[in-house]
Amino acid sequence: MRARLRELARRYWYVLRRPSVHYSLGFLTIGGFVAGVVFWGAFNTALEATNTEAFCTSCHEMRDNVFEELKHTIHYSNRSGVRATCPDCHVPHQWTDKIARKMQASKEVWGKLFGSINTREKFLQRRLELATHEWRRLKANDSLECRNCHNFAYMDFTRQSPRAGKIHARWLQGGEKTCIDCHKGVAHRLPDMAGVPQG
Amino acid sequence: MQIIKVIALVLVSLLWLAGASAQDPNADAAVSSGEYHAIDAMRRGEPLTSEPSAAPMARVENTDRRRQRAWPEQPPTIPHSIDGYQLDRNANRCLLCHARANAETFQAPMVSVTHFMDRDGQVLAQVSPRRFFCTQCHVVQTDARVLVDNTFTDVDALLQVSKEP
Repeated sequence: MRARLRELARRYWYVLRRPSVHYSLGFLTIGGFVAGVVFWGAFNTALEATNTEAFCTSCHEMRDNVFEELKHTIHYSNRSGVRATCPDCHVPHQWTDKIARKMQASKEVWGKLFGSINTREKFLQRRLELATHEWRRLKANDSLECRNCHNFAYMDFTRQSPRAGKIHARWLQGGEKTCIDCHKGVAHRLPDMAGVPQG
Repeated sequence: MQIIKVIALVLVSLLWLAGASAQDPNADAAVSSGEYHAIDAMRRGEPLTSEPSAAPMARVENTDRRRQRAWPEQPPTIPHSIDGYQLDRNANRCLLCHARANAETFQAPMVSVTHFMDRDGQVLAQVSPRRFFCTQCHVVQTDARVLVDNTFTDVDALLQVSKEP
């Protein structure tokens, strides 16, 4: 078996490193370029397709739990009609970070296949663990996904409620705290917070 | 026997008449809206046969200015909006700022020491479970129109009156 595999690999390596006999250099260059464009376009389209709310909520785990909760928050329904979708907060917008997150998400495909949170009870049981992942990520990247929309430089404290303005000025301005330190549970219900440091 | 029959007949016909008048579709229109107001203020004088348009929703006062208490033991009202604050067995959003350990960070008033007492007056280390659900006593205030006149008199005014000869 091993010998046959090695033989196969050697044969392919031999074909690969020999110059082309049948196709012209022009065809290979232009053909390779076109194939690359098509491949990249398809890859990116597929990637973006998985980066939509419709894709996230196509699984009942997301649709019946976290998405249902989001609907009652200001990030779903508000006076101005601007809203956040799942990937706005849960997937980095930078390409490299996005790819890294997408590779991590293969764990979630595993979870889906083996039904790790396929009932409400299982979901609630693991909610703290799942939430902790997100808190840790946002703490580590200084709440980058919040700041994609909520830019501190453009915050007008006079338009905030007095206490919000004061607290933002005191803790956020100097970078002592980051958004997620105080705004846990801003888009979903919180798990049992006993023992979780807040504020 | 004959008399009983007559009485029964009269009763039945009376009931029938009452039923017929209640089913009269024009009966509502005959009553002015003012009288309905007295019957059901919730419907704001709208006849039962039509649907009143929704009244504008009151806005929660969000000024962060502490209000006077009407009497010493009155639970202070909440001077800010609490939209979306989670308050259940899992989490208490109010205590994020008002807990003893966090009050300094957020410059919020700490929950008073009475909240640490159990029902025997024993002071516990943390907020007593029976005082956990803040909105049982503490409520926001809105700019809603007062529906019923209030004749409440402040105790200081009462004392003043009693001192006067």
